[in-house]
Amino acid sequence: MAASFAEIRDQAVERWRSLTDSQTPWIRVGTALCGQAAGAEMVADAILEQLEKQGLSARVSRVGCLGLCFAEPLVDVLIPGQPRVVYGNVGLDQVPELVASHIGGGQPLADLVLGCLGDEVGDDLPDLQQHPMKVREQRIALRNAGHIDPLDIYQYIASGGYEALNRALTELTPAEVLEEVNASGLRGRGGAAFPAGTKWRFLAGSNAPDKYILCNCEEGDPGAFNDKGILESDPGTVVEGIILAGYATGANHGYIFIRHGHDGPIDRARAAVDQAYDLGLLGEDILGTDFSFDLEVALTGDSYVSGEETALMEAIEGSRAMPRYRPPFPAQVGVFGKPTNINNVKTMAYVPEIIARGGEWYAGIGHEKSTGTAILCLSGTLNYTGMVELPMGINLTEVLQEIAGGVPGGRKLSFIQTGGPLGGVLSAEAADLLLDFDIFRAAGAILGSGGIIAADEDTCVVDLTRVLIAFCQYESCGKCFPCRMGMSHMLEVLERICRLEGTSDDLALMRNIGENMQAGSLCGHGQLGFNPVASALRYFPDQFEAHIIEKRCPTGRCQVPHFSPRLSRR
Amino acid sequence: MDGLKQRIEKAVHCQPQATVTILSSLLAVEDELGYISREAVEEVASFNRATINDVWAVVSFYPNFRTVPPCEHKVEVCWGPSCHLVGAMPVVASVLEAAGLEDEGDTPDGRLTVRYNTCLGACALAPVMSVDHHLVGRVTPEKGNALVSRVLNSQEERAG
Repeated sequence: MAASFAEIRDQAVERWRSLTDSQTPWIRVGTALCGQAAGAEMVADAILEQLEKQGLSARVSRVGCLGLCFAEPLVDVLIPGQPRVVYGNVGLDQVPELVASHIGGGQPLADLVLGCLGDEVGDDLPDLQQHPMKVREQRIALRNAGHIDPLDIYQYIASGGYEALNRALTELTPAEVLEEVNASGLRGRGGAAFPAGTKWRFLAGSNAPDKYILCNCEEGDPGAFNDKGILESDPGTVVEGIILAGYATGANHGYIFIRHGHDGPIDRARAAVDQAYDLGLLGEDILGTDFSFDLEVALTGDSYVSGEETALMEAIEGSRAMPRYRPPFPAQVGVFGKPTNINNVKTMAYVPEIIARGGEWYAGIGHEKSTGTAILCLSGTLNYTGMVELPMGINLTEVLQEIAGGVPGGRKLSFIQTGGPLGGVLSAEAADLLLDFDIFRAAGAILGSGGIIAADEDTCVVDLTRVLIAFCQYESCGKCFPCRMGMSHMLEVLERICRLEGTSDDLALMRNIGENMQAGSLCGHGQLGFNPVASALRYFPDQFEAHIIEKRCPTGRCQVPHFSPRLSRR
Repeated sequence: MDGLKQRIEKAVHCQPQATVTILSSLLAVEDELGYISREAVEEVASFNRATINDVWAVVSFYPNFRTVPPCEHKVEVCWGPSCHLVGAMPVVASVLEAAGLEDEGDTPDGRLTVRYNTCLGACALAPVMSVDHHLVGRVTPEKGNALVSRVLNSQEERAG
């Protein structure tokens, strides 16, 4: 007989106490993709080696992303009774001294300290909560990221995990759960910003015996890493959100969909699913109720378009990831021909907190019809790059200049690129916008998945447009010929403009291609494919004129391609 | 080591997840062999009650599938927008130079594959490359060149 939720929770709390209250120091090393790229795995190994060499004992956990990616590798040391100290930019050669001083001698290595986390701040050490990237954060989906071991479901449960599911299954009807999500005003974080409650209602309205919930972590957008970041940091909140979605809509099957090769998110999602089965939180008769739900991690190959909802279903079924005609819509005929609901990882990650604290609470955060928070990925020429969760309604210019610390070297911001390659560019002046789906849309940009790439004044906007179209061209699935051929043609035109060989007809030609792609493509890839060019033309017409008419690149930075990505997908 | 046929069969027949498809079978073979051989296409077709044509349609769609045996090492360099803005192109050039290649592909001696990638997922630490699946962030052309040289030399030592 499976344990009751109260027993599971007690056990989790007991385990957590043994970590935080015991006399053994707890060292957490951030090993999400950002940490890995900075060598965090090697740092974690070196810490273990030094502990053994110096005869010291400490627990070492590999955790997710605190968001301060610019300072990776991050090492977070908690000695009971002392402030929790986070070190940044830890190099392999600094590990012996760090271990000797802090673990051995109880004395933090002040030079390397980024700041202290938690209520206690050490003498002469900065408070990390006051860091520009932290001070305005409000973490809901990222509440556990960087704090808990993503491979240990008990740490998620000790942090309040599965309380919402337990409450929903024992106290709320599916309709009441759906109503909370509806009341929260939660909108999809995959790009389209469609209200999640409305989408769930479509599926709940179907009487079919088999219904599916899909959670999309394909995340092929360059500049976006928050879906992978959440799955790597706190897969439990995503799994719990999916089960709640299943309960609310009457679905009994689910998939988390990830691109093959991203081992961190895949392994951590699989562990979270397996452990949930072991504790009776997934499978038959969850927590002793009559609700059953099965969840699986499904992988796709390299294909950007497989993140499109109907192409994603094709990939789960094992075929080429090409979009389907709509109607019928997924809520009627989805994966394996069954009614299906699809949400992004971030959308699902909010659900447990919405059920735990109520839809009204969530709706009280944010700006007008964009409730809650925005999970932004900051990259490009910024001082502080990383992942932040901010209430909707903050001004984007403040995000760039204050939270991200502006552009390095005193240079000026020229433009930003938001919402993935199809989202287009915004000039620095036009970035005076509030974080709000509708305000962004009205400005011709997409807040979308939250990727924000900043470019300084040394960057050529025409050249970046070429790169965006090169990406779109490479990733066109090839099903609709206006997209397949239009992207190639547009790339050719942009390449010749960058080589200063463009003609005065080229802009009209690209517009014409763009119109055809928009009218003749099944999915957003082709329909929005002209967006990068259109937005660049809108804000920087003089840059295009300089290349085409004056035959010069104003920044002198046009990087004429010395390689051309494949012109078609084989 | 098992023969090629046994390894393919094992990969295709022993997939841990409940949903088994043509794509999942091919990914399992790729993990095991590093490429999709003709025998693998046949095995995946028969296991999934599909035609060779159905399987080949999937192999040819996803560019991660190779149809010839892999090189000993693999280096991927990102050229996506985040990386491009902070200097991916000089890294691409330097990696290609160190590998002695003009464009992405395999070195003639089969020691190294260089591939372009559109996003390795660590954009905050751009430019990013990966060496045998290990991510390396904030790469400079010098570092990219050194990483490729080290990979090539390590193999020489073993061979010698």
